[in-house]
Amino acid sequence: MAEPSIIHKGRPRPGAARASKRSPGTYVLRVLVIAYLFFLVAWPVYLVGRNAFARGLTDLGAILSDPYTVYSLELTLWIAVASVAINTVFGVGISLLIVRFRFVGKRVLNALLDLPLSVSPVVVGLALVLVYGGRTGWFGPTVQRWGLTVIYDVPGMILATTFVSLPLVIREVIPVLQEVGDEQEQAARTIGANGLQTFFRVTLPAIRWGVSYGVVLCLARSLGEFGAVKVVSGNIYGETRTATLTVENEYLNFDKGGAYATAFLLTLVAVAALLVASLARNAPSRARSAPSRGRDVTEQPRQPEERR
Amino acid sequence: MTAQTAVSARPVRSRRSGPPSRPQRSRSDGHPLGLTSGLGLGVGVLWFSLLVLIPLAAIVVTASQGGWHAFWQAITNGETASAIELTAGAAALVTIVNVIMGTVIAWVLVRDRFFATRVLEFLIDIPFALPTIVAGLVLLSLYGPRSPVGWNIANTRTAVFVAFLFVTLPFVVRAVQPVLAEQDREAEEAAASLGAGRFTVFRRIIVPGLAPAIAAGGALSFARAVSEYGSLVLLSGNLPNRTEVTSVRIITFIEGDRLDNAAAVAVVLLLISLVVIVAVDLLQRSVVRRG
Amino acid sequence: MAIQRSRTAVAAALALATTLALTACSKPGPAGGPGATDASTVGPPVTLNLVGYSVAEAANAAAAQEWAKTNEGSNVTFRTSYGASGDQSRAVLNGLAADVVHFSVESDITRLVPDLVDPRWNSGPTKGIISSSLVVFVVRPGNPKNIHGWDDLIKPGIGIVTPNPASSGSARWNALAAWGQVIAAGGTEDQAKDFVTKLYANAVALPASGRDATTAFLGGTGDVYLTYENEAILAKQSGEDLDWVYPDTTLLIENPAAVLKTADPKAQAYLNFVLTPAGQRAFALKGYRPVISGVDTSGIPGVPDPTNPFPTPKKLLTIANDFGGDWAALSKKFFDADTGIVVQIIAGTGKS
Repeated sequence: MAEPSIIHKGRPRPGAARASKRSPGTYVLRVLVIAYLFFLVAWPVYLVGRNAFARGLTDLGAILSDPYTVYSLELTLWIAVASVAINTVFGVGISLLIVRFRFVGKRVLNALLDLPLSVSPVVVGLALVLVYGGRTGWFGPTVQRWGLTVIYDVPGMILATTFVSLPLVIREVIPVLQEVGDEQEQAARTIGANGLQTFFRVTLPAIRWGVSYGVVLCLARSLGEFGAVKVVSGNIYGETRTATLTVENEYLNFDKGGAYATAFLLTLVAVAALLVASLARNAPSRARSAPSRGRDVTEQPRQPEERR
Repeated sequence: MTAQTAVSARPVRSRRSGPPSRPQRSRSDGHPLGLTSGLGLGVGVLWFSLLVLIPLAAIVVTASQGGWHAFWQAITNGETASAIELTAGAAALVTIVNVIMGTVIAWVLVRDRFFATRVLEFLIDIPFALPTIVAGLVLLSLYGPRSPVGWNIANTRTAVFVAFLFVTLPFVVRAVQPVLAEQDREAEEAAASLGAGRFTVFRRIIVPGLAPAIAAGGALSFARAVSEYGSLVLLSGNLPNRTEVTSVRIITFIEGDRLDNAAAVAVVLLLISLVVIVAVDLLQRSVVRRG
Repeated sequence: MAIQRSRTAVAAALALATTLALTACSKPGPAGGPGATDASTVGPPVTLNLVGYSVAEAANAAAAQEWAKTNEGSNVTFRTSYGASGDQSRAVLNGLAADVVHFSVESDITRLVPDLVDPRWNSGPTKGIISSSLVVFVVRPGNPKNIHGWDDLIKPGIGIVTPNPASSGSARWNALAAWGQVIAAGGTEDQAKDFVTKLYANAVALPASGRDATTAFLGGTGDVYLTYENEAILAKQSGEDLDWVYPDTTLLIENPAAVLKTADPKAQAYLNFVLTPAGQRAFALKGYRPVISGVDTSGIPGVPDPTNPFPTPKKLLTIANDFGGDWAALSKKFFDADTGIVVQIIAGTGKS
């Protein structure tokens, strides 16, 4: 089973890490690394939690009982789920096509699929506005004539979120598909299974860990999107303001307590996603087939997942 | 389950010797497209174009609508040029720090597994998973006006530097870790047995092996820093010519309905992304070739 | 066993995701706002989209809440979007849903005329104005740099925070006030231009909106912040530590509102309510000066002197009296994107 994503790149082979001779250098490096991560990550994150509860449960209670904030949390969820669903269907489909078929432009497509990861979220928002903007977009007026508002409405936000997290499922599924190989599928065909049957009964089960993993990453990324959504949403309170936009808004509206409380909730979600991903990387089939992926940068472009 | 057993029965790519191999391909490198698969590919490519390719093309087209002169004017306008300079400069500085610290962290994680390793691994992944606006608040808690230890760097260029450092933390580490883990210890041991000091071993055996990974991680780190937006909104003050980064400039243009200027600046960022993707791809190939 | 644990972990994640998906299954409708309860006597629930300029959120929320207590307003829910006045106006033009717009300056409403707003929008008794304020100087507590008048602003080393006129309404009021006070003191247009140039030379930040500028100042940028009196009062009410100074000569700020041609009739009802004493008191409690007479202004939190919450400045300039009353002409003269006096001044300082 393919070792998934960037988050887990580089797990050393079990047993391969012999304890190096402990020299004073070792301890110096340890202290350096611990200090660096403490001041850059650990302490600031702890402080968010502390600030969120600085006034006890007041701030948290206030945001959870405010219907508009609850709405923004629900909206965030809805958009993220929609994005994940779209990206999973598209991702699995495209991965199958890339791995199992040959066609002109396959390599180019493969490279292009990684584009969304290196584009700035603000640029993503701009790109969508230029094409789907109601009045001046390339397709905007046409789409509006069909009765659909894209920019300044939820569909645009779904597009933006889908854009930024598009490669995440694909990058998990492709290596798995490659690892698994198509013998099972060929075998299924020889006994008379058609395409759909083969897919649902042979391929999908074989790649389910890769897909699940990609889904978790995609979900975490979609929940946290800020820049692209800010550009396309119009920030309509009670309509298009997501959780991340709420954090910004509360901070700017003299409600720092509310901002920290909402940020705390989002941090919890991020941490939960990390924990799930971190536990899941010990999946046994991976251990059996390839202890450490070690594919690093020599294989397909594997850029780390990012939060914007 | 049958499928799983079949997987484990497949010959495993050897990890111990030789270079990391290219992904296994099916024997024939793929079936030709049939009707369903052709249709599926068509739909997929159409969707991808509507969502990604056409919008990105729209940026390039909009930016070039005024011709080269207008484009150049837009990006050399005082405040915009400052923003691009600041962004690229801070990103470069951060990349240098990341290259060093990232390698060190990867080293400690791989070669020195001690009690805190799992915690450190977890900490490194946090900047990946955290929404950027939350990252901004996170940094603001310790490095802002209400810092418990009085370290207030809000509204300064240092804030931009620290924000970049935070969001790019994992890139070099995660790029170097697997390579370091895979590295053959035999060469190091041989060198050590011939009398090379630890630092020499590090400098002449380990680092060259890591160089492509470090470079790739560094390139990704640079691209990520240059694209950063959310964490700077609350932290940097977005002061023109001082702490305003390129992405903030773009948003200002968008909100002011100056989409052509926005597109011009966006093209600069896209170019950087493109260069990075190409660089990373080339680095990957060079490693495979070198073997 | 490791196998069980990891599979359980991913299965748990998927279960969680599915549950979340199911609960979020139907797109959530707009949040129930205040008063969206008993619709039996007043008809079906109505949703109004209110698009406003950045500092107007608290006041409109307060007015909406008061309105919801009345029969007419009890079945209305608001969806609101706030941002820099100019940016919001352009957004409405580009498709941002709106029934009521409340902007900082008149030119942001006339941008929507005649396509989206009826040309007679300002034919009412208050000429379309629903809120008013003054330009004030916000300073650090205790006024350490001793800023009392316009001339103090252009002293070397003073850092001014004022928004960017390209996007912000507040910025335009500030610029006009700075210009107008020179003319009112007998100066020529050249002297006024000179003063405004020195003013912007001292600007250390040009944030996009009034609210962004407040945040910048409160975050530690600059020594003095030019803004609306109502924003200063609101900040103080919200616990921020600041003082403000009324310069001897200042400009009366008048913020217009209009309903869009496609709006539900309740939109006009809301604006009508805002112009009643009850509506104006709701605004006053958030720092705005009433635009009609007979409004109770007692007990306003955050003001320096609750018995006299809205002091009269020594000399009050108005657009009508001192600037010719024609916003279209003013916009062109001062803020035209290519030829506007202020735009050129700012471009000259390299800060635009």
